[in-house]
Amino acid sequence: MNRIARGSLLGIEHMEAAEIVGLLKLARRMNPFKPRPLLRGKRVLLLFYEASTRTRSSFEIAAKSMGAMTTLVLSSGSSIEKGESLLDTAYTLRAVGADLIVVRHPNAGAPLLMAKHLDIPVVNAGDGMHEHPTQALLDAYTISRHKKSFKGLQVVIVGDIYHSRVARSAIHLLSKFGARITLCGPPEFLPELATSLAPGLHITRSVEEAARKADVIIVLRVQKERLAGMKIKLQDYIARYQMTMTRLKLAKRDALLMHPGPIIRGLELTWEVADCPQSVIVEEVRNGVPVRMAILAKALGRAR
Amino acid sequence: MARDKSNLGSLLIRGGRLIDPASKIDALMDVLLRDGRVAEIALPNKIRGGANEKFDARGLIIAPGFIDLHVHLREPGQVYKETIATGTAAAAAGGFTSVCCMPNTQPILDSPEWITWLQQSERGAVVNVFPVAAATHASKGAVLTDFRGLQRAGAVAVTDDGKPILSDDIMRETLRVASEINLPVIQHAEDTRMTENCSINDGPTAFRLGLRGMKAAAEASIVERDVQLAQQFTGARLHVAHLSTADALKAVRRGKRSRVRVTCEVTPHHFALIDENVGEYDTNFKMNPPLRSAADREALLVALADGTVDAIATDHAPHAPHEKIIEFERALFGIIGLETALGMAITRLHREQKIPLARIVELFTAGPTRVVDLRGRGTLARGSYADVTIFDPKKRWTFDASKSLSKSRNTPFNGWQFTGKVVATIVGGVIQYRA
Ligand SMILES: [Zn+2]
Repeated sequence: MNRIARGSLLGIEHMEAAEIVGLLKLARRMNPFKPRPLLRGKRVLLLFYEASTRTRSSFEIAAKSMGAMTTLVLSSGSSIEKGESLLDTAYTLRAVGADLIVVRHPNAGAPLLMAKHLDIPVVNAGDGMHEHPTQALLDAYTISRHKKSFKGLQVVIVGDIYHSRVARSAIHLLSKFGARITLCGPPEFLPELATSLAPGLHITRSVEEAARKADVIIVLRVQKERLAGMKIKLQDYIARYQMTMTRLKLAKRDALLMHPGPIIRGLELTWEVADCPQSVIVEEVRNGVPVRMAILAKALGRAR
Repeated sequence: MARDKSNLGSLLIRGGRLIDPASKIDALMDVLLRDGRVAEIALPNKIRGGANEKFDARGLIIAPGFIDLHVHLREPGQVYKETIATGTAAAAAGGFTSVCCMPNTQPILDSPEWITWLQQSERGAVVNVFPVAAATHASKGAVLTDFRGLQRAGAVAVTDDGKPILSDDIMRETLRVASEINLPVIQHAEDTRMTENCSINDGPTAFRLGLRGMKAAAEASIVERDVQLAQQFTGARLHVAHLSTADALKAVRRGKRSRVRVTCEVTPHHFALIDENVGEYDTNFKMNPPLRSAADREALLVALADGTVDAIATDHAPHAPHEKIIEFERALFGIIGLETALGMAITRLHREQKIPLARIVELFTAGPTRVVDLRGRGTLARGSYADVTIFDPKKRWTFDASKSLSKSRNTPFNGWQFTGKVVATIVGGVIQYRA
């Protein structure tokens, strides 16, 4: 089987802009505090091969607030530990009655592999370094609540872009809507070929230059273990790329400071930046729920 | 499959165009095979006397039997992927009368006993199998194997294929000892210190898919080093397996110019495909070396035409579905390639790139015999072995992987249309495959 079930959300790259707009509009009508039983009787399987706090709980709450049943399957403590293949796990979950599978996996392309072999929708909750489409959608949703249009918006993404599925999805999404995207980071985290991802991408190694006149600054998490063995040392990274209040002030006065989480205060951003008025980090998490409600409702054909 | 297991008997191939680059022949010629050897070559209808069997080759090319320098037959140890019997059957269907099999089996072919075992008739080979032995014990890159013993048992070269011989000292020693007995050293050129966890070529496709990329430098740097090391020993013979990058080609050219005995092979998939073709994580496009950039492919095409490349080799690498229909990063490297090699060469190199048929035949015959010593093969000169490949350069056909004679199905070319098809494969005077 190689047809992918309608409603699957595997990545932003191949999505039509209209489809994205539709989801964002639908999300505006979703309210987790006013439950509507749109998905009553539906079974949503949450299959997580990697640790996750916000994405997992956000999907779970989104599904439950529409009346769906959710079951969480973690790779540890399941047959996966015994060597069961991804596809066999997928067939098993389908056989127990899953109507939709949300999957997070350390390997790029794993959700697509599942979707190609299943007749139910698969939603990518993050696959390796590839994409994290629901994060990009909730970020777009968050931006849209503060900015009139994506077109011409000066967006800066700072940090470890190479390893970041959040960055790839955000770049695909924002560039589809005409945002002007600047990428900023050391060469190890931001190779020159990153500009091949979408048209019109710019690279700078200076965070000051990147921040100047920005409308949106997305700061990415930096994993300390990734800095090990690299030319750039942790202290240098902090000195050159950490988002500080001084650097943030270079941006437009109404600029948004975003971060997909989890944040490490004192590393990629300072304590003050995380909590400053421009920071929408907590709002992003909050917006994740209605956005994922919209994704699930649409995938299961219950969007109204 | 074999009509006549003994080499006795005679076969007259009439009416075809004989292309034998080793003998510099490209003309309408009849070929008489007798007792496993080429008995006579003559202008049409000039061969007198009878033959037990006649083959009408009108409209077809008669070529020396093709030689594939790089196949994985998976025996011993991984018979669920391939056996010597199935792998050589696929070889015959692809026009190959001889294959050199790689030692990365289970166990690794690092002893004369295994080299002997591999060549026993019980294995069921339908084409000639020339084993390539491991260069180091268990291909661990530390202790050299017994080159003399391996050569005596029938090994035609040594390699640690699947991985490189990384250490400068061990590679130097390998070339030195091998040079004393005129044994070629085949290197899988990959600096694995640079390619950890990589599953694809480094470039825009890798970045887009979120996959770690192998840099061209990981191949080129090893080739450069090896050429320098080979230069230190007169008689050292270095062969670069499945060369895939423009920079590695430069190193080979430099070596050839400075009279180092360096040769190289290129696979059909590397001259036909590029990394972009991986598409959305299609594991049938995952191989090592990976499919490279368009510029690398262009460089290979030039080198195939101008003579820098010595041979086309398939790197036939069968794998079972459970090793391929999985996450891209976890899927094993490699594709099957024996049955599509000639079609790909004619379609892409001859018809598209206008490389003459004689050069393509050379890449499958005389070229490989410059790499390994297979006396009496790679040519149809009188007295040589009666290994013949007969093909139709104009025949259009579609490859159906489900009908492959290989035990495995891992190919990116299922459903591809080719021009140029094998009509008959004759090994030692016996027709082992007939379309
Ligand atoms: Zn190899």
